[in-house]
Amino acid sequence: MSKLLIRGGTCVLPEGCQTADILIDGKKIVKIAKNVEDKDAKVLDAKGLHVFPGLIDMHVHLREPGFEYKEDIASGSAAAVRGGFTQVCCMPNTQPVCDNAAVVGYIVARGKEADLCKIRPIGAITKGEQGEQLAEMGKMKAAGAVAVSDDGKPVSNARIMRLAMEYASDFGLICLSHCEDKELVDGGVVNEGYNSTLAGMKGIPRAAEEIMLAREIILAETLQKRVHICHVSTKGGVQLLREAKARGVQVTAETCPHYFTLTDDVVMSYDANTKVNPPIRETEDVAAIREGLRDGTLDCIVTDHAPHHKDEKNVEYNLAAFGISGIETSFSLSYTYLVKTGILTVGELAKRMSENPAKILGLEGGCLKEGGVADVMIADLGEEYVIDSREFVSKGKNTPFNGMKVFGKVKYTVVDGKIKFTAERE
Amino acid sequence: MLGKDLLGLYDTSAEDITLILDTAVGMKKLLTQNLKKLPHLQGRTVTTLFYENSTRTRCSFELAAKYLGAGTVNISASSSSVQKGETLIDTGYTLDAMKNDVIVIRHPMGGAPHLLARNVKASVVNGGDGMNEHPTQALLDFYTMREKFGSFAGLKVAILGDIKHSRVAKSNLFGLTKLGAEVVMFSPATLMPQGIERMGAKIAKSREEALSGANVVMGLRIQLERMHGGLFPSLAEYAQYYGVSEEHLRYADKDCIVMHPGPVNRGVEFTTDVIDAENSKITEQVLNGVAVRMALLFLLVKNRQGGEKNE
Repeated sequence: MSKLLIRGGTCVLPEGCQTADILIDGKKIVKIAKNVEDKDAKVLDAKGLHVFPGLIDMHVHLREPGFEYKEDIASGSAAAVRGGFTQVCCMPNTQPVCDNAAVVGYIVARGKEADLCKIRPIGAITKGEQGEQLAEMGKMKAAGAVAVSDDGKPVSNARIMRLAMEYASDFGLICLSHCEDKELVDGGVVNEGYNSTLAGMKGIPRAAEEIMLAREIILAETLQKRVHICHVSTKGGVQLLREAKARGVQVTAETCPHYFTLTDDVVMSYDANTKVNPPIRETEDVAAIREGLRDGTLDCIVTDHAPHHKDEKNVEYNLAAFGISGIETSFSLSYTYLVKTGILTVGELAKRMSENPAKILGLEGGCLKEGGVADVMIADLGEEYVIDSREFVSKGKNTPFNGMKVFGKVKYTVVDGKIKFTAERE
Repeated sequence: MLGKDLLGLYDTSAEDITLILDTAVGMKKLLTQNLKKLPHLQGRTVTTLFYENSTRTRCSFELAAKYLGAGTVNISASSSSVQKGETLIDTGYTLDAMKNDVIVIRHPMGGAPHLLARNVKASVVNGGDGMNEHPTQALLDFYTMREKFGSFAGLKVAILGDIKHSRVAKSNLFGLTKLGAEVVMFSPATLMPQGIERMGAKIAKSREEALSGANVVMGLRIQLERMHGGLFPSLAEYAQYYGVSEEHLRYADKDCIVMHPGPVNRGVEFTTDVIDAENSKITEQVLNGVAVRMALLFLLVKNRQGGEKNE
């Protein structure tokens, strides 16, 4: 078994940040203390760097099988470790849809072949994501699925969603709900408001998201079941969640960096790299999302990493695909916009990007502790750099953050005790 | 100063608008004198690239180009390689390779002219993009207003109809507020877009309030597809509560003019009496459209000549 000694870093531990050495033996962290010595261990000098638990992204699109021209599991895994992620959960809107054990098994196998980060498939709630019949959740769980979701599409039928929440709970699975009332969206492409009128593009009202979010809360409350809300983007959504949590509803929620960093002023460029679903909203929504992250209403930060081919973005805004390639920019954006601004501490950021996703899905990792899995991310929080999509290892270069200056560069990603990414090698 | 393209009036200055209107005065004089063959654009090519049906705008641009001596090419989406799946950018590359000087594009999606302009060397003129802008329609409206009233200061322009889907309403709003006019809008709540007040429009609570003291009464076409989409119940109800009759016109200034970008639904936006009244400028607008487009094409091509020398 190989040993790794991470020496002299500021470790982001559950009890707070402290300078310590971390000794890893095989896949486990065996010691976290000052002045650890081990002659057999390979030493990784982390002086001046911060050592985080490996980041966990519970909402990505890896596109394989079916859309390998956008991304595949190998390229997505490489992008994930470059972004500091040791585990990613991939959504089932592939071709074929990941709605059965065979596809779940295929994705797990491809993840192991790529051998970079841990790939955790999410199974579909309904067969073919058609919103009609429940998918085989038990078999998918046995094959490695960690949750169920029809992400990309809402489960429009409330009865089906109710049944899904009930049935999924039998297998300890949680439903991740993509909240979108399609009738209200009605072909909209950007947030409805001043900027949609100014740009002359059809708007997506906040109500389209909030109405279904309210439905999920009510279902979870009356059924006494868990539900997790995907990519919350609105002020009203944060309010609904805050009130529900105060009542004791078993609801958790996530948001993405583009919802707490950008306002819909960006759509005036007609650059389709700003096109994402739900859409980038307005200043008051951005403020509410930040506050929701601060007070814990929003449990986690995910990327909704949605790589697309250039040809799918370099067209009329209306025709362009929705989505942002976000896994390589998430940590820096989160650190810059949430920690540098004093909204979150470094420890709270680690909770939102690692511990909470692990807890919600029952995954290993999520914090640095002796005896815990050796999934680690090491970053230089003082390093400032400019985001350049040409450097992305994801096949998807579709980002609205190109040219933006950010702080917090991922330096190393360690998965199961093995260094899977080193910034210096780039 | 006027750049390579004219994509919208949101980012066009009052000076440039005035320059186009001033230039159009001479063009109209020539038109009415029947001197319809000028050498200004000889050896130049103007292409109209229309992804939506249009009679008057396309015809107006084509005639404007021809009167100035340019060669013209008309491409419509139904008969072109667009149906074979060619992207807008590829179509732009193709037109550029054929050395077009100006491409006039009409497209059902907002921002399409901007995408084209970023990717071609030719000057791009927005001939109407989705719900975004229709700058040359607004320019011809301004020309018509200025011809009647001399200036825009203190002018009250009432715009009634489907504001939400109207690129004409927005281009008018952007330009008129820069020129110093007041813009009042009225429509069913389902046809009023969000945030339009922040852009300088006043939203009237009633038809009477909108029309009260108006110098210009502008109607916008009501499309049947909006009714089918459930945005209002029937044309008859629309006409009764939102349409303008001669009786309503009494609220407006005695000396007001009636305008409409066309095509008009008689008896819906305006009653036939209003459309055919003496103060109706609807036909005059069409003539002014040719003059304004001649002026614009002339100025854009003149800019291009300058630009080429500098390169």
